[in-house]
Amino acid sequence: MSLQELLQQIVNGLVVGSVYGLVALGYTMVYGIVRLINFAQGALFEAGAYLGVATFSLLGAFGTRQPLVGLLIALILSALFTGGLAYVVERVAYRPLRNAPPLAPLVSSLATFFLIISIIQVITGAQPLNYPQVLSVTPWSIGPITLAPTSLLIAVVAILLMVGIHFYVQRTKMGKAMRAIAVNRNAAALMGINTTWVVTFTFMLGGAMAAVAGVLFGVEYGSVTYNMGEFYGLVAFTAAVLGGIGNVPGALVGGLTVGVLSSFATIFLPNQWQEAIVFAILILVLALRPQGILGERVAERA
Amino acid sequence: MTLLEVESLVVSYGAIRAVRGIDFALSDGECVSLLGANGAGKSSSLKALSGLMRPASGRVHFDGKPVTGLPAHEMARMGVTLVPEGRQVFATLTVRENLELGGFNQSHEHNQEDLTRVLETFPSLEARLNALAGNLSGGEQQMVALGRALMSRPRLLMLDEPSLGLAPLVASQIFEVIRSIAASGIAVLLVEQNVHRALGIASRGYVLELGEITLQGSSADLLANEHIRRAYLGHGMGEGE
Ligand SMILES: Nc1ncnc2c1ncn2[C@@H]1O[C@H](COP(=O)(O)OP(=O)(O)O)[C@@H](O)[C@H]1O
Ligand SMILES: [Mg+2]
Repeated sequence: MSLQELLQQIVNGLVVGSVYGLVALGYTMVYGIVRLINFAQGALFEAGAYLGVATFSLLGAFGTRQPLVGLLIALILSALFTGGLAYVVERVAYRPLRNAPPLAPLVSSLATFFLIISIIQVITGAQPLNYPQVLSVTPWSIGPITLAPTSLLIAVVAILLMVGIHFYVQRTKMGKAMRAIAVNRNAAALMGINTTWVVTFTFMLGGAMAAVAGVLFGVEYGSVTYNMGEFYGLVAFTAAVLGGIGNVPGALVGGLTVGVLSSFATIFLPNQWQEAIVFAILILVLALRPQGILGERVAERA
Repeated sequence: MTLLEVESLVVSYGAIRAVRGIDFALSDGECVSLLGANGAGKSSSLKALSGLMRPASGRVHFDGKPVTGLPAHEMARMGVTLVPEGRQVFATLTVRENLELGGFNQSHEHNQEDLTRVLETFPSLEARLNALAGNLSGGEQQMVALGRALMSRPRLLMLDEPSLGLAPLVASQIFEVIRSIAASGIAVLLVEQNVHRALGIASRGYVLELGEITLQGSSADLLANEHIRRAYLGHGMGEGE
């Protein structure tokens, strides 16, 4: 293995890891405030990716002539619709089970995950759909490594969004309400916070981030498949656990780490091993450091 | 003018009836005490009045409007503020954030004014504004809980055992603050085990036993009552704290 190969895999890992981090954000925020692992998050990622394809096909020739504008429209529409879908998920699959034993909403979130993925499969068939080429795929050579403009764009958008969410949670009134609910939901309600709405909004925000990740992912890999939410949903879950579930900066750290580790693995092992590597990481983290890299810094939870 | 009116309030946990049809009322600006032994149903009553629990039956009016079963955040927005049992500060948020959350539905200007006033009331919090509330002493946490409640500009402040677990000196300080809050015209519903101190502040009191109001009257009458002296003030000898 050469140094150049190593550097190249780090760069590739950071790009894809930033997308994982964006999906992990939804797991971590929902877990932070209602202690639920919302497995539907992986399906929302996939739904977001498909809504992006749908937007591009509606835009038609315009999207080809103005690919960046098209991408922006796809990101916004997909985030809005997937946020709406997350609203429905929360209303139907989570809220009625709020006072049920914790296993019930967990199972319900898994069922929702499979439901959404099955619906996407029925509507689109099992054929992969292609994403338009948004930016030049001709990679730049930066010293020993190469980086496509699209990849750079993806990493920048994903990381900026994550940093933005971090400040949103730390600085705004809504963010403060989220953190208060994370500590003590009843006490938050006594402050005059409509906790039901804040929880719903958190689901929607997580869904919107998953959608952005889905579109960026589609652009990076050029196509989407009906079962992409299964593997990548679990990769993002691994990222959330690795970074410290409930911890917003942890989603970024976990995403980048999983991205880089699984990229590294492809140096030593054939590509098919990538899934096994990711789940081995998940098991190791749960066994050795269940609180994740950043621990559960509860003060920053949400 | 009647600010709070409670009729036949019943609060249940499944089959357990914690509050069995109580009636009471409180006027604007009045300080009233709700007394009773452990398990009498005091906290359950406050949970129902603050909207944390839905009453099983009964009617509650606040400021002339029916508010039975309204959720907690709507009660809070109407000016009904509960300082819950055990303070329940947001332990992993800073003192400043805790206080700001109290003023969640108030304007920025109100919050700035009120923060200044809260810090005048509790000067020791000033140096602790950026500390995590969970790292404060019990007394300081009670100050945060009270300060946070004041930030919401309550019309009715309900306090659930504010002196519980505090050193006597700190408890005295808290009772003085409650006295000045009551004097400022905010109606106060004070739940206490420290009957002597509570009746020293309140003008009237209700005694709750096994979910029912068994005795009511002016503080002076209650302090002189033989049953109260025996059951809550230590063998009829009076002055115990
Ligand atoms: N969460 C609960 N579940 C079941 N029973 C409860 C619960 N909370 C209180 N109770 C019961 O309700 C009764 C009144 O309790 P509470 O209102 O806390 O009394 P107090 O505040 O006067 O000490 C008690 O018998 C208590 O055991
Ligand atoms: Mg109690």
